[in-house]
Amino acid sequence: MMTFQVSNMSLALPEMFMLAMACIVLMVVAFLGKKGTDLVYRLSQLTLIITAIIIYRSIGEIGGLTFDGTYIKDAFSDVLKLAICLINVVVLLYSTAYLKARNLFKGEYYVLALFSTLGMMVMVSAYHFLTLYLGLELMSLCLYAMVAMHRDSSVATEAAMKYFILGAIASGMLLYGMSIIYGVTGTLSIASVANVIQAGGIDNTVLSFGLVFLIIGIGFKLGAVPFHMWLPDVYHGAPTAVTLFIATAPKIAAFAMAIRLLVDGLADVHQYWQDMLIMLSILSIILGNIIAIAQTNLKRMLAYSTISHVGFILLGILSGSAEGYAGSMFYALTYALMSLGAFGMILLMSRQGFEAENIEDYKGLSERNPWYALMMLILMFSMAGIPPLVGFYAKLAVIKSIVDVDLLSVAIVAVLMSVIGAYYYLRMIKVMYFDQPTQQTDLQSPTEMRVVISANALAVLALGIFPGSLMAICISVFS
Amino acid sequence: MIALSDFLILGALLFSLSVAGIFINRKNIIILLMCIELMLLAVNLNFIAFSHYSGDISGQIFVFFILTVAAAEAAIGLAILVVLFRNLHTINVAELNKLKG
Repeated sequence: MMTFQVSNMSLALPEMFMLAMACIVLMVVAFLGKKGTDLVYRLSQLTLIITAIIIYRSIGEIGGLTFDGTYIKDAFSDVLKLAICLINVVVLLYSTAYLKARNLFKGEYYVLALFSTLGMMVMVSAYHFLTLYLGLELMSLCLYAMVAMHRDSSVATEAAMKYFILGAIASGMLLYGMSIIYGVTGTLSIASVANVIQAGGIDNTVLSFGLVFLIIGIGFKLGAVPFHMWLPDVYHGAPTAVTLFIATAPKIAAFAMAIRLLVDGLADVHQYWQDMLIMLSILSIILGNIIAIAQTNLKRMLAYSTISHVGFILLGILSGSAEGYAGSMFYALTYALMSLGAFGMILLMSRQGFEAENIEDYKGLSERNPWYALMMLILMFSMAGIPPLVGFYAKLAVIKSIVDVDLLSVAIVAVLMSVIGAYYYLRMIKVMYFDQPTQQTDLQSPTEMRVVISANALAVLALGIFPGSLMAICISVFS
Repeated sequence: MIALSDFLILGALLFSLSVAGIFINRKNIIILLMCIELMLLAVNLNFIAFSHYSGDISGQIFVFFILTVAAAEAAIGLAILVVLFRNLHTINVAELNKLKG
């Protein structure tokens, strides 16, 4: 007699709900067309919020592996998935006015955003090379299409092409690395890979050969130097609403991918990947901060600043200690929050026919809109890492973790470069507060966006003053 | 008898060929897309060889998924290519130079 063993589906409830709702939203787009976009927008928001509630209610419940060990629910996945859903709620809220003003307010944007979010959630919960790869591709393929959504803009399509090609190379590299590790360990499950490596008796030379390709893949997806080429072009070329989407939640998902592969799977060969990550992170911090100084386009400047922040996220991972991983996670979460605010500010300032993406567009903002100039000041100070804002505690946590493992020279470079990096954030503040305004127009953004963006910037301040609770969550995830 | 190493060498050759193709080619985006396909096929060869010689079926299942995803990827890549051609009237890689800074 045949017996069926049904996997414990309830662990994947958030993903299943998201998938079902994304399909429903797709149907609404297909049948209602352009006139249903408002409904689609509301449905997508509702989906993300309900998914967030499902995840929140499941925190603390018994987790574990399901679907034959390909999927995991643990504290790490719960926290990151919750953050991804909440961030995407805000992303969709910020982007609506921008999309409406540019005739891009179409259902496709929201369907792609939902499927991309689903991909990120699968990535965070993946405990098998196959699920990881499928989640990654689901996320990336949606992002390529979103960048190309502005079909008449030649810069947007150029950015989409570059993103597509480099993203595909990254996936290819990652897969090649996975195939080598599969060959050495004979298994695709991350848990079994860890067990086989711990048991010993495998060829470490071949393993580190595969590891190089894995690291290249992770580096591409995070945007670490020397695999950062796509990042400034995509941030600059894509419509700002899409840039906002790419710059926030996918970074958290890429961080989760790095943790799943390197920490959960390959922690026992830590000494092999530590050196490679040191190189990537030092190069990212140096190059990102120095090239950002030369930028006149705010989106491009923030892209280079992203590269340097990625370097800091890698610092925590390479320390190889639980404190380092927690610091990294704190950094990834708070960076997503800061970048949400900064790109949201560009969306807030833009209006029909005006992108507000050049630094000089912000001249004299303090005279025009003192409140939003203050919000931007908070965000820029936080990115520069000035206390008491949250960016400072994030940097402190990762730098402390590498000092603890005696990588003093790396820590010194990181600190020096973040001092240099403060220059371009401060220049932005100088432009806002000490230059004469060249234009006098009022903001045209809807009220709810103004309220949320103020809350966003104030959250950066509040988390900076009370970083304890979020830090405690990050530490408890890794202990 | 063909040894595992023969498959791996062929896979590595195909993989390096595709990477070289991506970075040396400065003329045609379609060739880039072909190189990306070749890259995934080289990976597939690796997976099948390892799977066959270790007697573990999961590598071959992975290959099915890679093939499917590669098809989806090619569809999106070609769609972006069509949009790009409509805007720029060229598919020359060297002319993708509007974004710089």
